[in-house]
Amino acid sequence: MSNLLTASIGRKLLMSVSGLFLILFLFVHLTLNSFLLLDKVLGFKEVGQMFNAGVHFMGTNPLIKVIEPMLALGFLIHIIYSVILTVQNMKARGPQSYASGNKTSDVEFASQNMLVLGIVIFSFLAVHIMNFYMRMKGFITWEAGEVEFPFFGSMAKGENAYALVHETFKVLPIVLLYIVGSVALAFHLSHGFWSSFQTIGWNNSKWMPRLKCLSNILAIILGGGFSVIALAQYLFF
Amino acid sequence: MEKTINITLKVWRQNGPKEKGRFETYKLDKVSIDSSFLEMLDMVNEQLINEYKEPVAFDHDCREGICGMCSLYINGRPHGPDDDVTTCQLHMRKFKDGQTITIEPWRSAAFPVIKDLIVDRRAFDKIIAAGGYVSVNTGGVPDANSIAIPKVDADEAMDSASCIGCGACVAACKNGSAMLFVSAKVSHLAMLPQGRVEGARRAKAMVAKMDELGFGNCTNTGACEVECPKNISLSNIARLNREFLSAKFQD
Ligand code: HEM
Ligand code: SF4
Ligand code: FES
Repeated sequence: MSNLLTASIGRKLLMSVSGLFLILFLFVHLTLNSFLLLDKVLGFKEVGQMFNAGVHFMGTNPLIKVIEPMLALGFLIHIIYSVILTVQNMKARGPQSYASGNKTSDVEFASQNMLVLGIVIFSFLAVHIMNFYMRMKGFITWEAGEVEFPFFGSMAKGENAYALVHETFKVLPIVLLYIVGSVALAFHLSHGFWSSFQTIGWNNSKWMPRLKCLSNILAIILGGGFSVIALAQYLFF
Repeated sequence: MEKTINITLKVWRQNGPKEKGRFETYKLDKVSIDSSFLEMLDMVNEQLINEYKEPVAFDHDCREGICGMCSLYINGRPHGPDDDVTTCQLHMRKFKDGQTITIEPWRSAAFPVIKDLIVDRRAFDKIIAAGGYVSVNTGGVPDANSIAIPKVDADEAMDSASCIGCGACVAACKNGSAMLFVSAKVSHLAMLPQGRVEGARRAKAMVAKMDELGFGNCTNTGACEVECPKNISLSNIARLNREFLSAKFQD
């Protein structure tokens, strides 16, 4: 175990594990977001009740309290190491570029631009956190009032998070920003997912093509999911 | 009749490691399309010598794709426009009459230019010296068949062993990473029982040397695999990652 993190492969392991952890988080997040559309479908009395119940669950669950700092740490590690690795790589490449360019075929666009895609995701993330997280956690005051919603068989009272989301997604530039962020995420994951298994050392000529296929499916579900929800809120709610 | 083409060459010239380099343009007429790329460069040099100019320095040795000495970045690709061949195996029929061909040295911080198109690839030798071998005692030669090796493993080890250490993988990599080379060298020994014994030590030593020499971190872009003249597969890199990580976790 000694000095694992001073080795290139050790640092890449951190990128890979933190990346996979972030993907796991994104699935939980997408599930919750899907409530924004689902309560209409599932026949809740008022639009927004299911989402509010979900937010209430997340806000009051002790497990989430533990996971939240872990998530922040995951982001921090992923971002810090992505910058360290990319700077090292630029140095290793050297200052001279090829005058005749790079005509190697069949190289994924995403794989060559992970940092750029990451920065787009990060910029989106900053706006996203300002929009929602800070307000829901009470760092920024916001007037939405309390509402009642069904919560595990009884009724519960909590803040009207749905109203906040609904208001936010009425603004077209914000919706567009969400779509840009989601598309960058989709590209990031179309390479990142299989790459992280390659990094961990799962080498298998049978499974690699399957993982690559799964990467694309994952990218479409997550990138598409977040975009569709934002767009649907803008158009239909 | 033999078919010939006329071409224009843009060649990187650099007098020494510390000097500033520049491109020079040469016109070359009546190049047989059956000649190899290096034979074409020989023609250029003959022309230069006849004009009392200094010939272009470039690496080559076997001229049949087995030694790994030739190393040119031609029109945007290491080893030129053909797939799965070395520069010495590249034919002039891959080029068109009137075409301009740009020839550059490998570009990577760990491969500094020595002169013109020749780069210093001793970094690869240092990585091999760090662990790319098996330690054996002298004595009677054991029968090759006394240790049974599954055919699949033997084949895969042979595929990995076909790396000739040319450095095209580093030249193609946007990260200047040597992972394809190192992984091929670690893999072909790790898959055979004789090499397995020292597997953990080898993976750690070779990766440490690779990092120390300033090669970049692999982001699995796969450009190396596309440009490798010997078709070394990216799955070797996953194997190296596993070898290295499990060796580290055992410490
Ligand atoms: C929710 C957000 C994110 C997820 C789910 C995610 C996921 C991943 C995954 C799975 C990998 C592959 C790791 C590997 O190849 O071993 C990766 C690589 C990478 N990520 Fe992210 N990432 C996210 C955000 C970011 C951000 C914000 C940045 C930078 C500001 C970033 C920069 C990078 C870079 C540069 C790589 C390539 C590093 C390498 O392969 O060596 N990512 N990401
Ligand atoms: S892996 Fe391929 S490209 Fe790299 S040194 Fe070996 S033969 Fe050359
Ligand atoms: S000169 Fe030996 S491989 Fe090209």
